[in-house]
Amino acid sequence: MAAEKKFAGYICTGCGISERLNVNQLQTVATREGKIAEVKQHARLCAPDGVQLIRDDIAAGATHLMIAGCSRRSKMEVFNFPQVAMSRANLREGVIWARPNAPEHQETTQEMAADYIRMACAELKYLNIASPSAEQKLNKNILVVGGGVTGMTAALEVAAAGYPAHLVCDEGELGGAWKDLYKRVPFRAAASEVPNGRDVDLPLPEEPGIAEMIAQVQANQRITVHLNAHLAKTSGAPGRFAADICNTAGATVTENFGAIIQASDFKPYDAQQLPEFAYGKTPDVVTNFELERLAKAANGAPLKRPSDGKVVESVTFIQCAGQRSEQDGHLPYCSGFCCTESIKQALYFKTQNPDCDTTILFDDLRTPGAAGEDFYRCGQQEMVTFSKGKASAVVKNGAGLTVKFKDLILNEDTELNCDLVVLATGQVPNNGPDPYAQLAVDEAETEEEKEAARRKLEVAPPSILNLDYRQGTDLPQLKHGFVDSHFICFPYETRRTGIYAAGPVRRPMDMKQAMDDAAGAAMKAIQAAESAANSAAVHPRVGDLSYPKFRKEGCTQCKRCTVECPFGAINEDEQKYPVFNESRCRRCGTCMGACPVRVISFENYSIDSVNQQIKAVDIPDEFSEKPRILVLACENDAYPALDMAAQAGIETTPFVRVVPVRCLGSVSLSWITDSLSSGFDGIVLMGCRRDEDYQCHFVRGSAIAAERLSKVGDTLTQLNLEPERIVVHEVAITDLARAPRLLNDMAATIEKIGMSSFKF
Amino acid sequence: MGDISKNYRLNFLKEVEANVEEGEWVKMCMQCGVCSGSCPLGKFWDHPPQEIFMMIRAGKRDAVLTSNAMWMCTSCYNCIVRCPRELPITHIMHGLAHYAQRLGLAPAHQPTAKFAQLFWNNLMKKGRVNELKLGVKLYFMNGIGEGFKTSLKMKDIGLGMMKTKRMNPMEAIGGHALEDVKGFHAVMQKAQELEDQRLANQRP
Amino acid sequence: MAKRQYSFYPGCSSQKGASSSNYLISAQTMCEELDIQLNEIPDWNCCGASIGYAGGGELPRLTLSARNIALSEQHNPGQSIVATCAACWLSTREAAERLQHNPALAKDANTALAEAGLTLKNQTPIKHMVEVLIQDIGYDTIKTKVKRPLAGLKIAGYVGCQTNRPFGIAGESFENPQYLDRLIETLGADSIPQFEKKVQCCGGALAFSEPAKSQEMIKGILESAHDNGADLIVTPCPVCQMNAEVYQEQINATYGTNFKMPVVYYSTLMAIAFGRSAQDAALTGQVIPAEKLAAIAGK
Repeated sequence: MAAEKKFAGYICTGCGISERLNVNQLQTVATREGKIAEVKQHARLCAPDGVQLIRDDIAAGATHLMIAGCSRRSKMEVFNFPQVAMSRANLREGVIWARPNAPEHQETTQEMAADYIRMACAELKYLNIASPSAEQKLNKNILVVGGGVTGMTAALEVAAAGYPAHLVCDEGELGGAWKDLYKRVPFRAAASEVPNGRDVDLPLPEEPGIAEMIAQVQANQRITVHLNAHLAKTSGAPGRFAADICNTAGATVTENFGAIIQASDFKPYDAQQLPEFAYGKTPDVVTNFELERLAKAANGAPLKRPSDGKVVESVTFIQCAGQRSEQDGHLPYCSGFCCTESIKQALYFKTQNPDCDTTILFDDLRTPGAAGEDFYRCGQQEMVTFSKGKASAVVKNGAGLTVKFKDLILNEDTELNCDLVVLATGQVPNNGPDPYAQLAVDEAETEEEKEAARRKLEVAPPSILNLDYRQGTDLPQLKHGFVDSHFICFPYETRRTGIYAAGPVRRPMDMKQAMDDAAGAAMKAIQAAESAANSAAVHPRVGDLSYPKFRKEGCTQCKRCTVECPFGAINEDEQKYPVFNESRCRRCGTCMGACPVRVISFENYSIDSVNQQIKAVDIPDEFSEKPRILVLACENDAYPALDMAAQAGIETTPFVRVVPVRCLGSVSLSWITDSLSSGFDGIVLMGCRRDEDYQCHFVRGSAIAAERLSKVGDTLTQLNLEPERIVVHEVAITDLARAPRLLNDMAATIEKIGMSSFKF
Repeated sequence: MGDISKNYRLNFLKEVEANVEEGEWVKMCMQCGVCSGSCPLGKFWDHPPQEIFMMIRAGKRDAVLTSNAMWMCTSCYNCIVRCPRELPITHIMHGLAHYAQRLGLAPAHQPTAKFAQLFWNNLMKKGRVNELKLGVKLYFMNGIGEGFKTSLKMKDIGLGMMKTKRMNPMEAIGGHALEDVKGFHAVMQKAQELEDQRLANQRP
Repeated sequence: MAKRQYSFYPGCSSQKGASSSNYLISAQTMCEELDIQLNEIPDWNCCGASIGYAGGGELPRLTLSARNIALSEQHNPGQSIVATCAACWLSTREAAERLQHNPALAKDANTALAEAGLTLKNQTPIKHMVEVLIQDIGYDTIKTKVKRPLAGLKIAGYVGCQTNRPFGIAGESFENPQYLDRLIETLGADSIPQFEKKVQCCGGALAFSEPAKSQEMIKGILESAHDNGADLIVTPCPVCQMNAEVYQEQINATYGTNFKMPVVYYSTLMAIAFGRSAQDAALTGQVIPAEKLAAIAGK
């Protein structure tokens, strides 16, 4: 922490700023009110000579920079000075591009710009230079949990990148859920030049390659395999995880790791729940997993009916068996691998006997992957009959079976006879218990909810990671037992920093996707280990060196921070004080927003750094007809949406003053009360979508904020203010037209209900 | 439902592959229904193309071959250019219609079936179409009575065409013909022989 | 400048006294102005059209076209075959491609042709007249030939089916081909690019066998042209031309409409724009007179 702060200010006059604004007046604001002694103007600050100007000042001792010009989201790579603290006043996107260029708007536009200068100066005073804690050192070991294809691939990828891997497998041999494969769904697509209709060179089932993969793992010098082993305890944080690896013989070794990959794959769905398809009543109804074993045992010989050994001459595949159904005991989701799996298995029969009547009853045929569609066509070429149909029952019919179904194309109830029925059953994630299951019991509001939560806890599977975290033993789940991660934006990130999920444990998928997933998670794990060594944050604030500082003497041990941290970064000591594990922290500030006594802060983001911006805004009097609206906007989505709206020339009311926040979860209620009492007329909070299909970069931040703010109406009522003065919106980065409209709507609301009376 | 034991068996699909022009593509239909939605006369098909493809795979031989459906094809080729699988749907429908006609299974009094046959017979006679004779035959294809009624209805059109020299009553006697009609007939007869042989060899 | 030579396949309907004889007359006039020489394939036969399928099996139908291609290759060697009729073009090109891709069928076709001493080499490009205009001549050259711009005329370009699908004109989309609109503009008239029924089916041969169903579709085409303010419709296809033109009275009787929409060939438009007489442009062949066009021709 720099002992002495030396401030320097810069106002860029390029991009039309000097044509639209009175820059000299702004400079005066920065020096007189902002108390920055030296403020320089530059015609194009992002040009090499502008950047050099700043560099020279830093070399001469400047520690804190106020840069007024474009948005903090612009030119980030140019204005990148990690050794100093910096605030940026958004004059371009935030002011001149958001406002029309006309004389009648000149006054309010200039006021906006002056306020942003004041805010940037005020913020700067309360910023400190973040520095690494220096308590970390590089640990290159990566722990991979799960000895299946996903885990083996992850270990091989880690090793190939030059990092040592430990592979923990709970069985006596490697291979996992896919080790019984006779053949695999092809990885190879048809050649790209082949026109669609010609159907030559279509991919066929391939050798599974699992024995070769096992051999590669075993031969790899960088990979240590622990068979028949599980994790008895995992503690620490990225860069300093300690795992007790325990085998069935009772021996335990403790190893230290930089990061962890959970690749525990899936468990086959229990087909006993499908009596309507005669599963369990006749051996001639098998699951796709069982058929694979039959095929492997037959090894190319004709497949026979289990009941009497007759060679199968007709076979029906029932897709979505116990899947994509809300029925009790069924899986509500699509397992994503079964369509191509059934095509592959149908081809087993066709290879044996092209005249075998092979029917696949599907609802929607989904064939993911580059080869998927080609493989579907391959099945059609081989005369597999694909029928869009919903099976209702399988019944015995002499020595054979009758499948009753509705043909959804011909729209009729019908049936067909066959020797064998294969049920395309799904994947159940092989995950530990939901770490919040106990919390759900504790926090249930009704007896009914409590009972349901308790039942869930009772049937919870055994732990896989055995995390020694205050927030539970395993990775938090989103739904259906799959690990919580954002499937598009940050697929491998989990809610436990430094622990990455790969393969069917995070969403259902086929083997090829699981292998791609493993490679992705391996790269993320390596990045986490390296970042931890530098005390730097991982996604999404990659490289941020700040971490929560905590003033113990003010803490009331209320535990809100430990409970609300979406990433389980905070433990408790014996006296129930929070213990921050900085490398588990993602720097969202949800703990800061949670803390009722405001003892948590970051070097470069704190209650004060925002509060001072709020207080720096010049509030015109009640009769000025110039309301002031505070906007607290998520820096990941809402803030860039506003910037882009301005770029697109969409107009925003001149009465808003926008403060970017790391996450809505970091918003302290004190900012709300302070801004109301300093005379703001309205407050708009803009966070990310927060439901099941959330967009929040910090997973829970936006949802937690919404919960906290649900009670803010009381505060308003106490202050004798209208509840409409505060609104919370979910804004996506694509909401270019909507985001400014929401702000303009608030201006209209205030015009209707009148100015706040709290102006002094 | 008929004989259930034949349901969803490959017999009919194989028959179609062997006997119907472009029939080997039927199995490649992925049942998206774009063809049905693209057909200009779609609402008049008792089974739109998508259904016809599925019926073939479900083994519904009689229902397909006696269907009115394929005869609704106007040869607009909309289905072909829109089919994501690039299947020659128009040709398959023509092929099925031809096969049904050949087996004598096409619905009786199907007007397009009759007209299409008349057209072929007409052109085969002298190598070129005699529009006048074709028209007259068409009007009378359902008997004398109806023929006169249709002729009466079409009278104004005929007069208009004649006035603009786009119809010639003299075509009724003789009309356009090839110089080498004999050679033409020899070629076409041979082609028909080879076609019959090919189909006889392929029949499963 | 030497004339461009093409092996010409006129087709049954353009014969003297047949339903699109006016197409042939106007096309010949157009070609004279564009220095195109059409060398008729001697003793060509019917292509079988698309409706030939009921009686004609695969090989007999393909053999029909094979005979024409063989005659062209014998008598007009080295010349591309050009057809004015959409069905003729489609059948011939389809047959050529099918026989190229299927050697067994090609062998059989040649066996049949041998009966008349003919041989199919099947190396001849097969074009529609529109392709000749767009690809070989070009809009710019066409524009230089315009002596009487069709100013003030608003024309709906009705492309129809078989010049558009399944082959179409290279570079054009199946759903919204633009070439006819460009041609209209090149001749100085106003096109209607938003004409919704541009590629709608007119019923084709089913206009004969299923008149009610076909006329319902034709009505839609006329209605769209009318609602878009068209003075007339232009088309590259004889079946489209005939179906859209000659049933208007019956449609009016059925639907209580009052259509009197002239439907002409692109070649008629061009002949008039190139300064030729109404006679040469075969305007006399209009069942519904194209009066505004005739007025320009009379200038």
